[in-house]
Amino acid sequence: MIALLVLHALVGFGVVAAGSRLGRTGLLVAAVPSVVTLGWLAAQAGTVLDGDDVTESTSWVPGLDLAVDLRLDGFSALMVLLVAGIGVAVFAYSRRYFSDSTPALGRLAGLLTLFAGSMLGVVLADHLLVLYTCWELTSITSYLLIGNDHTNAKARAAALHALLLTGAGGLAMLGGFVVLGQAAGTYRLHEILDTPPSGTAVSVAVVLILVGVATKSAQYPFHGWLPGAMAAPTPVSAYLHSATMVKAGIYLLAHLAPAFATLGYWRPLVLTVGLVTMVAGGLRALRQTDLKLLLAFGTVSQLGFMAVLFGLGTPDATMAGCVLLLAHGCFKAALFMVVGILDHETGTRDIHELPALDRRWRPLLALSIVSAASMAGVPLVFGFVAKEAAYQAVLDADGIWTGAVIAGLVAGSAITMAYSLRFVWGAFGAPGRRRAAGAAPAPPAPAFVAPVAALAVPTMLLGVAPGALDDLVTVADRSLDAAAEAVHLATWHGANTALGLSLLALASGVALFAARSRLAPLLASGARVPDSGQAYLVALRGMNTGATRVTGVVQNGSLPIYVAVILLTVAGAPVLVLLRDLPWEGWPDGGGQAGHVVVSLVILGAALSAAVLRRRIAAILLLGVTGYGMAALFVVRGAPDLALTQVAIETLSTVMFVLVLRKLPDRFGRRSILSLRVLRVGIAALVGVGVFLLALLAGSHRVDERVADDIIERAEPEAHGRNVVNVILVDFRALDTAGEITVLAAAAIGAVALARAGRRPPGVAPADEGVDA
Amino acid sequence: MTGRNPTKVARLLIVDRSVRVLFHPLLLTSLYLLFAGHNQPGGGFVGGLVAGAAVAMQYVAGGIDDVRGLSRFRPWTILGAGLLVAFVVAGAPVLLGDAVLETALFEQEVPVLGKVKTTSALVFDIGVYLLVVGLVLMVFEAFGDEPAPEQIATQEEPEP
Repeated sequence: MIALLVLHALVGFGVVAAGSRLGRTGLLVAAVPSVVTLGWLAAQAGTVLDGDDVTESTSWVPGLDLAVDLRLDGFSALMVLLVAGIGVAVFAYSRRYFSDSTPALGRLAGLLTLFAGSMLGVVLADHLLVLYTCWELTSITSYLLIGNDHTNAKARAAALHALLLTGAGGLAMLGGFVVLGQAAGTYRLHEILDTPPSGTAVSVAVVLILVGVATKSAQYPFHGWLPGAMAAPTPVSAYLHSATMVKAGIYLLAHLAPAFATLGYWRPLVLTVGLVTMVAGGLRALRQTDLKLLLAFGTVSQLGFMAVLFGLGTPDATMAGCVLLLAHGCFKAALFMVVGILDHETGTRDIHELPALDRRWRPLLALSIVSAASMAGVPLVFGFVAKEAAYQAVLDADGIWTGAVIAGLVAGSAITMAYSLRFVWGAFGAPGRRRAAGAAPAPPAPAFVAPVAALAVPTMLLGVAPGALDDLVTVADRSLDAAAEAVHLATWHGANTALGLSLLALASGVALFAARSRLAPLLASGARVPDSGQAYLVALRGMNTGATRVTGVVQNGSLPIYVAVILLTVAGAPVLVLLRDLPWEGWPDGGGQAGHVVVSLVILGAALSAAVLRRRIAAILLLGVTGYGMAALFVVRGAPDLALTQVAIETLSTVMFVLVLRKLPDRFGRRSILSLRVLRVGIAALVGVGVFLLALLAGSHRVDERVADDIIERAEPEAHGRNVVNVILVDFRALDTAGEITVLAAAAIGAVALARAGRRPPGVAPADEGVDA
Repeated sequence: MTGRNPTKVARLLIVDRSVRVLFHPLLLTSLYLLFAGHNQPGGGFVGGLVAGAAVAMQYVAGGIDDVRGLSRFRPWTILGAGLLVAFVVAGAPVLLGDAVLETALFEQEVPVLGKVKTTSALVFDIGVYLLVVGLVLMVFEAFGDEPAPEQIATQEEPEP
């Protein structure tokens, strides 16, 4: 499995690096990992359908129990099928959608592969932190894909909106993961879910994770980024923002629900959010004239539906959710592709501007009707099976809330029926089209329509014979909830309540659509409801002004204040603790060698002179003397390594001081304000005394055993080195060293930038890219 | 940076000659410190600093142009290469199924030196060395060029 992820990464980065040189061939190369994934899934199908999991683990940092744990169980297999299957269809479709001259096509193709790999990582990860990493990688690739046309300010702003919102949710989720992992004592997802921990901390953690779920899966009130993401090219929208990525949240919800649905707040919270999302998203879809936006709000609505089903946490509802996941992946990707084809061939996707289409467009019309019918839940297509199972699951569940949930689902389904009709009518049949505009546009090439057909055919077949999915849905359901029974999907369950509800929803939907002109003013009033996009902008502006103000206070630009704050914190804080907790144990002995005294006197003298001298260069040189004095002390105490380093550092820092000194006046300025001088001397004295006390007391109050002996003993046999200092630096504590050199590199880059910033030729403004809003 | 005359720093003969004599031995010392560091006093950090001191001498003698003439590579390339080497060594064991930063031991027979033991930690140290050298070069690049006009004439005395 890890090989699959690496393959995605290699091919993805390769195609990005190749850039537009490959042209549309790049899309073929980029599709290879998805095809391989499908093949691999087919090879594993036997094992998974037998109810066994395929696992793989690569140790990463064993000391921290960090490992790349991957696990293919029934539900993961279902998601992998969705990710890779729709991926292949989208790549095939993209080859027709884009032309060789599309700007940044190579980057787009490579990013799609990288996204597919990240998404695969999300659904295969069994370790919460691996899942989190892949989750954020999908956010990042989504950001890059939405903003792939970097010349389009609107696309960039939409990309940023999506990234900030899903990123903030991701951070909340990470917090939840850590709390959950600590409470459970393991970060392995299936171990946590097998024996779910409980307690207040866990309850809070689950809410945090739900925030992440809601942002990723565009639940109210965090849905605002998804319609904006439609600025991306249509194949990207079809893949990321309808069929796969937005389902990452649902995927996680599905895992958590069986274990945590018994928490007191779970059902009221998840079901309310899901139902509001389903109904409100549907209503927004009803008043769109841009077909792509209509589908986007439709996706929001369907995600709310899925959240309700998986949020219930009963085996039957989870099963219905699994079927809906598959059905939605097929029909929504297909419908997005239809919009893309219309946009590509006619130049518009607005209901009021689309031209009349002649009979040569009928194959596409038929495919659209099948997919839209599946979305609406019309009998004999796949979506109907999901909807029936959903109604049945809610009816079978017990609880005072079932009535409300049923009412919400029927209302949502009626609205879904209405906007499905609106989609087909708007795309192909709307009257009042400008027919005068000459000949109807030429129909799309068969190869352009083929991916749509590839997705619509299963929609049709599985609507008639859903039993083909029994095994897959059974293992998927079981992997989420061990109590699940074997599933038997069927189209006809007899004349029962569920069927009645379906028919009621369909009839109400037709009525809603028929009354559209009378309802239009009512729907339009929805525009007055403040939407989350505005809230986002307000929050963004507030954050920017807030940050500016905080920076103004904290970073006021006065070096003396910075230094004073740092020194007082470093030296003052420990002293407070020392004075309270540690008694005075008298002077330590063994410090009285003659060499020490001489060197110490030199150091003291140089330090005092440096403090009182007025010439900068003299002060710097004396500072150097104190440093060399320290080196001498190290030599006397028998630490040649430290002495060597100290000498080298002192030499270099003196030279560097002199470099900077050239830009400063020759002498320190005269300080006339007495109180300020007193303050400075006071701080200096306090810090000096503090450090002195710290050194004195720390030596005589050892709490733990010395680690030195242990390290010295292990240096030769384990790290093959006799210089213990070096062994610590490059082996035992090498991770620290890696961190330190990273800081060094960052500091060096900062120094160069700082030095150059002052030197910008006059008239050239610094590059300043604000937030596009 | 632009439009500046190539250094017109007055060269002091004695400084110039001393630097010429000392520069390469100092560089060799730094390399020795780097490679001997695992068993004797030394290491990548100290080695890099000593090489940095050699660069500083070069700067004192001939200004930034002499420092730039030392290497074809730009300072940030060296800095980045150091960071890259260190992190590749840190990450490589993971691909081989070990933990991050796991040290590997290599022993070879080298014709003159006999049996030589090296560990992958040495490569990590080389990364540190490169990074420190790059850092020093970058500081000179940042603060070293464009000397203030009045100070060209009265060149600062060489530091210890």
